[in-house]
Amino acid sequence: MELSGAEIVVRCLKDEGVEYIFGYPGGSVLHIYDALFQQDDVRHILVRHEQGATHAADGYARSTGKPGVVLVTSGPGATNAVTGIATAFMDSIPLVVLTGQVPRAVIGSDAFQECDTIGITRPCVKHNFLVSDLSKLAETIKKAFYIATTGRPGPVVVDIPKDITDPKVKIPYEYPKTVEIRSYHPQVKGHHWQIKKAVDLLQGARQPMIYTGGGVILGNASKALIDLTRFLGFPITQTLMGLGSYPATDRQFLGMLGMHGTYEANMGMHQCDVLLAIGARFDDRVTGQLAQFCPDAKIIHIDVDPASISKTVRVDIPIVGDVQTVLEEMMTVLKASDFKASSQDISDWWASIERWRAFDCLGFDRHSPKIKPQRVIEELWEVTGGQAFVTSDVGQHQMWAAQFYKFDEPRRWINSGGLGTMGFGLPAAIGVKLGHPEADVACITGEASIQMCIQELATALQYRTGIKVINLNNGYMGMVRQWQEFSYESRYSESYLETLPDFVRLAEAYGHVGIRVEQPGDVRPALEEAFRLKDRTVFLDILTDPAENVYPMIEAGKGHHEMRMAPGVSTDRELA
Amino acid sequence: MKRHIISILIENEAGALSRVAGLFSARGYNIETLTVAPTEDASMSRMTLVTSGSDEIVEQITKQLNKLIDVVKLVDLSESPHIERELMMVKVRAMGEMREEITRLCDIFRGNILDVTPTSFVIEVTGEKSKLDAFLRGIADDHIIEVVRSGTTGIPRGERGLHA
Ligand SMILES: Cc1cc2nc3c(=O)[nH]c(=O)nc-3n(C[C@H](O)[C@H](O)[C@H](O)COP(=O)(O)OP(=O)(O)OC[C@H]3O[C@@H](n4cnc5c(N)ncnc54)[C@H](O)[C@@H]3O)c2cc1C
Ligand SMILES: Cc1ncc(C[n+]2csc(CCOP(=O)(O)OP(=O)(O)O)c2C)c(N)n1
Ligand SMILES: [Mg+2]
Repeated sequence: MELSGAEIVVRCLKDEGVEYIFGYPGGSVLHIYDALFQQDDVRHILVRHEQGATHAADGYARSTGKPGVVLVTSGPGATNAVTGIATAFMDSIPLVVLTGQVPRAVIGSDAFQECDTIGITRPCVKHNFLVSDLSKLAETIKKAFYIATTGRPGPVVVDIPKDITDPKVKIPYEYPKTVEIRSYHPQVKGHHWQIKKAVDLLQGARQPMIYTGGGVILGNASKALIDLTRFLGFPITQTLMGLGSYPATDRQFLGMLGMHGTYEANMGMHQCDVLLAIGARFDDRVTGQLAQFCPDAKIIHIDVDPASISKTVRVDIPIVGDVQTVLEEMMTVLKASDFKASSQDISDWWASIERWRAFDCLGFDRHSPKIKPQRVIEELWEVTGGQAFVTSDVGQHQMWAAQFYKFDEPRRWINSGGLGTMGFGLPAAIGVKLGHPEADVACITGEASIQMCIQELATALQYRTGIKVINLNNGYMGMVRQWQEFSYESRYSESYLETLPDFVRLAEAYGHVGIRVEQPGDVRPALEEAFRLKDRTVFLDILTDPAENVYPMIEAGKGHHEMRMAPGVSTDRELA
Repeated sequence: MKRHIISILIENEAGALSRVAGLFSARGYNIETLTVAPTEDASMSRMTLVTSGSDEIVEQITKQLNKLIDVVKLVDLSESPHIERELMMVKVRAMGEMREEITRLCDIFRGNILDVTPTSFVIEVTGEKSKLDAFLRGIADDHIIEVVRSGTTGIPRGERGLHA
């Protein structure tokens, strides 16, 4: 079969099993758009800004586990995509981003809409390719998918000069079944001796903690994690990126750890004697002051990326490998050992944990006449039966969503953790909904974040993706305001948004349903109404208490045991 | 802060060098010298890189380099017996009795005089970094017109080689 470069691009996507490609046309990709027009296998989703394309593909990828695919033009198309590429990179999300490039003959001449896409994206991709020859096109696309989805996943950019996709030049096409890259062999199996050593250490633990992250979700190892955690009977805490891979409603779960983690999780970290870290990267939002991190613990760390191990915190037993493979082997070794959860007495440890838990560190004023954002998330959880896919933007609302929506399943909580990209939530929700047309999809956002990609409301209408935008409108860049309150004597420098649009009319102008909610008692009916309108996108503009803060909080330079608690929650007795 | 000589086999692809250089600047790693040249296998280049840092930093550097998709193999030469060499060419002002003194110094360091004018020499010296540094110390600063150094390159001792 002879195909042109443009046809090869589309045909490769089909052969790779791609359902959706998120994109925006322009000069250098017009040949590819013409080829897309002439087929029905791969569906193109037209966004309204290339940042939206990358976030939508990212939301699709996070929620389905399949790679997200993006197509943008050269120059401004590529640079607009960079924020989304960097977002995916920081959270290790598999994307394949196809960017148009000027024809080979004029590369380097400052041609119209030329930019050095390879150079610009290099620091925020797992890898990138400039296709230099038509004969290498199919193989390069295959490699891109392979690299994006294996090992520690990440975005891969394929930059395609326009003349490569010339419809008049055809070559025989065959999609490679496999690829071999001699310089790339991610390690899957963990070192057996290391696993044995880890099991020995776990057996001797008196105050153990399990700390897991996004790697468990990326590695589809939720079941293996649940089996191991239940078998061990140890307490477990998770990062922002790990939520859902262990059921949040389970008693062994202590909630999120880190800067806005729970008292019980952070105190557990501070006092543990053995820490089992799984697919987590000891981020600074998690560790707090490094010098005070887990001062008494021996640390086991399972991660597919050797560079994640001992990067910020030195560990005692490193295990490089894929989380699922390693956890299964660990389980086998454990079962063959004389370990019995019941014989290992950690009841004193659990008693301490229950004491910490009793402080109810996430407590808030339930009788306030103002709408409390925490309560909105609880009601969302109730109305959706805990089964929704929830995306978020960045700010206080993101933290409340993480703290109060109890995710019991992986890939339901979709947010930008590493880069913290405002504008992520809405396009991500569109991608999630396309991947899960029957599911409830909510985007929890703030009045500042939503305006960073609000144009995607048009995309939501075009593809009838019925998502529910829950705007926790506190009239502030709340997270910024909170830091200014705590660290800058309440000098609210530029964190107040004076000229907010009328979000209800804005939603309506985009063809959606808009509802404003101003009273606590109206939240639930509004949520119910929104989800009843199954196929409609509904924008709930909920006016929440502008003074509310996210607690607990570990401020800069503090350790896990030095949390700032909500006013009225005192842990003095405990700390004394 | 120990000095490390890291030797890398890297795919001979456009942009491979910028991936390595970019990694060092983005992560704030120290880079003393960097040399790149083709190898016996046309599909690969050999890169030799001298860096320094604490054990933790150097461990991160090697891990991050290994993570680059284009990096085929990597060894830290300083961890086992190895030979290191650097080539230096120095242009010196040489007049009167200085001409003889510099020639003597050149002999001591087994250097070669590559170019001669009535007022100057170009001298070539090869060896370990420390030897080249010592040679330069032997010449008064105001006699040095120009110094060009290749950066360090190296190879492990013994019969084992670095291959794909
Ligand atoms: C406003 C704001 C506040 C925040 N506050 C907090 C907070 O309080 N607490 C918190 O936890 N985070 C918080 N974050 C998020 C934080 O910035 C980091 O993104 C997050 O902590 C990193 O999570 P992680 O360690 O799970 O790593 P991820 O980024 O999810 O990395 C995954 C790790 O797993 C490894 N991995 C991937 N696949 C596999 C596999 N198959 N097998 C084995 N290993 C694998 C990777 O190599 C990597 O090391 C906040 C972010 C924002 C924007
Ligand atoms: C693109 C981008 N710019 C700036 C920031 C810094 N930032 C973090 S949170 C925040 C405020 C978010 O305000 P809002 O969306 O209203 O959420 P709230 O905190 O009020 O819930 C800002 C400006 C960011 N994370 N992303
Ligand atoms: Mg706000």
